[in-house]
Amino acid sequence: MSETLTMPETVTLEVFRYRPEVESEPTFDSFEVPFHPEWMILDALNYIKDDLDGSLSYRWACRMGVCGSCGMLANGQPVLTCATYLESLLPGPIRIEPLEGFPVIRDLVGDIGDFMNKLSDVKAWLIRDEEKPVEDGEYLQTPSQLADYKQYSMCINCMLCYSACPVYRLEPEFIGPAAIALAQRYNLDSRDEGAEERMDVLSQHDGIWGCTLVGECTEVCPKGVDPAGAIQRYKVSATMDYFKSLLMPRSSS
Amino acid sequence: MDSVTHDVLLVGGGGAGLRAAIAVSETNPGLSVAVVSKVYPMRSHTGAAEGGAAGAVRPEDSLEAHAYDTISGGAWLCDQDAVEAFVEEAPKELIQLEHWGCPWSRQPDGHIATRPFGGMKIERTWYAADKTGFHMLHALFQTTLRYPPITRYDEFFVTRLLVDDGRCQGVVAIELASGRVQTLFAKAVIVCSGGGGKVFPFTTNANIKTGDGMALAYHAGVPLKDMEFVQYHPTGLPFTGILITEAARAEGGWLLNKDGYRYLQDYDLGTPEPKPVKRSMELGPRDRLSQAFVKESQAGRAVSSPYGDVVHLDIRHLGEAEIDKKIPFVRELCLKYQKVDPVHDMIPVRPVVHYMMGGIDTDIQGATALDGLYAAGEVACVNINGANRLGSNSLTELLVFGARAGRAAAQFAAAQPAPSAALIAQAEDEERRLKTEFLDASGPERVAPLRKEMQAAMEAGAGIYRNAEGLNDAVETVNGVRERFQRIGLDDHSRTFNTELVSVLELSSLLDVAGAVLDSALARTESRGAHQRTDYPDRDDDEFLAHSLVYRSDDGAPRVEFKPVTVTKWPPGERVYGRKASDV
Repeated sequence: MSETLTMPETVTLEVFRYRPEVESEPTFDSFEVPFHPEWMILDALNYIKDDLDGSLSYRWACRMGVCGSCGMLANGQPVLTCATYLESLLPGPIRIEPLEGFPVIRDLVGDIGDFMNKLSDVKAWLIRDEEKPVEDGEYLQTPSQLADYKQYSMCINCMLCYSACPVYRLEPEFIGPAAIALAQRYNLDSRDEGAEERMDVLSQHDGIWGCTLVGECTEVCPKGVDPAGAIQRYKVSATMDYFKSLLMPRSSS
Repeated sequence: MDSVTHDVLLVGGGGAGLRAAIAVSETNPGLSVAVVSKVYPMRSHTGAAEGGAAGAVRPEDSLEAHAYDTISGGAWLCDQDAVEAFVEEAPKELIQLEHWGCPWSRQPDGHIATRPFGGMKIERTWYAADKTGFHMLHALFQTTLRYPPITRYDEFFVTRLLVDDGRCQGVVAIELASGRVQTLFAKAVIVCSGGGGKVFPFTTNANIKTGDGMALAYHAGVPLKDMEFVQYHPTGLPFTGILITEAARAEGGWLLNKDGYRYLQDYDLGTPEPKPVKRSMELGPRDRLSQAFVKESQAGRAVSSPYGDVVHLDIRHLGEAEIDKKIPFVRELCLKYQKVDPVHDMIPVRPVVHYMMGGIDTDIQGATALDGLYAAGEVACVNINGANRLGSNSLTELLVFGARAGRAAAQFAAAQPAPSAALIAQAEDEERRLKTEFLDASGPERVAPLRKEMQAAMEAGAGIYRNAEGLNDAVETVNGVRERFQRIGLDDHSRTFNTELVSVLELSSLLDVAGAVLDSALARTESRGAHQRTDYPDRDDDEFLAHSLVYRSDDGAPRVEFKPVTVTKWPPGERVYGRKASDV
C-alpha cells in the first residue's frame, strides 16, 4: 500500500434492510463506522450490530473463512465478509446486500434450503457396492489419487458461486456449481463406486447441461475449488458415456 | 403449540452430534433421529479444527503409550477407564471416517499418514493437511444425508430441556426463520453443542461457541464437571485470535522471543534441536507453553504489538514447498488475516482461549445423571482430557464418545414409553417466558456492553494465572452483569430471524458458564494443568486428585462438590517434558 494514501477515520456502509413484518419492499440503511486497517467487512457489521442498531440480521460464525456463513454482496461482488478488508473497498460508501439468487428471509440472511436439497439429490457422499468392515483397515489411496479430487473437497458451501451463476439466477432448477463440484469430488475419489448413480441426476436437463460455462463460479470461489472445471469435466464424461451407449449399447448398462 | 416427536434428538450438529446421529441409525435403523442445531451443521465449529486427530496405528505405537501421554498430559486428572476406552476405539473411529470419505493425508504407499503433535511421544496424529476438522465435519455431514431416518432442524435454537418424571423427554426450540416456538419430544436427548469459549474476549472459538448446551443441562439439575480447566492455545494471531495450528510446530516451527531465542528451553521443556523432538520444546503441552509465554512477557522478553505482547513463530526454515504441502492453511490464514507470508516472515502469536476441558458431567457411555440425557464432544466432560487436553485428542474424542452416546441413547430410547402429555404445559410456559423475558423486553440494558464486560472480567480474573482476589473480583463483576441482564432490552422485536434475540439467549448461557468456571476455580485451591493459582502454586494430589462438580442451587448460585478421579494403571507422577523420567 502506498504511504501517500491517507486512511479515512470512518467509512460509510449502505446496508440492505428487509424486515418482512415491517416493510413490503427492501430499503437501504446508511451507517458510518470507524475505519481500521485490520477490519474486515464483518467487523464493521458487528460494530453496527453492537453499537448502532441491534436489529441488523446476518449470519457469521468462525471469522476465519472456513464455516461458509458470511457470504454477501459487497459493491455487487459475492465475497466472504470475514475475509474482505474494508480497506479493499475504500473510499466507500460500501454497499452490502444479501447474496443474489436466494430468497431473502430478513436483511442479509438468504434461504439456502434449495442447495441443501440439491446436495442430497446429487448423492454427495461416498458410495460403495460393498462396504469394507472397519477391522480390515483403510482403503489405500495414494497421494496422487487423493490429489485427483482434493480440490473439489475444499468447498465450504458458502454459496458465492450460486450467487455469481447467471444460469442459476434464471433457472433455479439448475443443480448449480457447488453441488456439481461436490458430486464430482466423490466421482473422482478412488474409493467411490457411485458415479453412475450420480450421473442419472446430473445428466438430466437441469443437471449439468444448464451451465453455459461462463466461469463466474470459479472466479468468485474463495477456496479455489473451480466448480466450472468440475462441470466441464462432467460434461465431457457424460458425452463420452452417451456416445459409448450409442456405439456399444450392451456394455453401458 | 406445534409439536413433533422423535426417538432420539441431538442438540447440535457438529462432529459429535453428526457422529452420534449416525450411531443411533446404525444401532437401530427403526428409530427416528432429529438433529437440531442453531446453525446449518456444516457451519459448526468442528470445521475450524486444523491439526489432526489422534489414534495409535503405527507399528512402534501402542494403546498404552497413547493412554500414558494423555493421562500425564492431563496432569492425572483424566479418568483412566475412560482414556483406555478412548485410545482403543480411536483408530477404529478414524478408519470408519476414512470409509465415509474423509480425505486423510497419505503416505506414498497409500496408507494413512501421521504427524507428531504436542505432548505425544509417537507420531499418531491423523491429518487432512491442516484442515482436518473441516474435512471430518463435511465427511460426517455428507454421510448423514444418506440416512433417511435422520431429520434436520437447521437454525433452530434450543432454549429448554423438557423433564418429567425424572427423565429428559425433549426440548423447546425457536425456529429462527419464523420465530415460531416448537416443541420437540424425544425419548432420549444428546447434547453435542460444543464449548463456551466466548465467555472470554480473545478466543479461537467461533461466535457460536456460547456454552448453550452446558447451560441447558445445568438448568435441568445436571452438574458441570472440571469447569475451571480452560485451555489457552499458545499460538493465536493477535487481534483476530485465529488459531495457527500446533502442526506448524510439529512440522518443525520454532517459538522465538524478541531476541530470536528459543525461550522454551528456560522453562524445563528440553533443549533445542534443529528438528522437532517429541514431548520436548515446541512440542510440549499447551498449558506449559502458554504459561511460559506469560513468564517471558513478564520478564520483558516478548515483542510489543498493538494487541498485546507476542512472540514469534518461525517456520521459514521449512521452505515454501513443505509449507504448501503440509500446512497450506497456515499460510493462507497468515496472508489473509495477518498480512504476513510465513515463507518469508515470522508469525506473531500469543496464547488464546481455545478449548474447555470441562463440561456436562457424563459417564463413559455419555450418560448424565438425568435419565434420557446424554452429552458428547466439547460440551461434555467424560473426562479424558484431565487438566490439560493434548492437541488432536478432541477430534477423536467427538467421534469415540459421539458414537458411544449415540449407541447408548438408541438403546435407552427403544425401551421408553411415549413422552408424557404433561410436558405440553412446560413447553407453553417456556414460550411465555421467551416472549415476556426476551422478545418483548424493553429494559435499558443492551446485550453487547454486558457481554463485553463479562468477557473482560473473565480475562482479568480467570486467565492463564489466577488467584483468589482476581477470581472474586470477576465473580462480583459477573454477578453484576447477571443482575443487569434482568433489565435487558432489545432493539429488535421481530419474529423473523431475530439475531439479537439469539445473542441475548447466548449471553444467558455464557453467564451460567462464566459463573461455573469462576466458582470451580475458586474451590480448587491448587495448581494443576491449565488451572494455575499463584496463591496455591503446587499440585495437591491428597486433596484434589478429584473432579469438581458445580451444581445450580435453587437460588441460581453455583454449588461446588468434588468426586475422586478413576485410576486404573497409572499412579500419579511428575509431568516430564524434554528430559528423561530417569533424570528426575
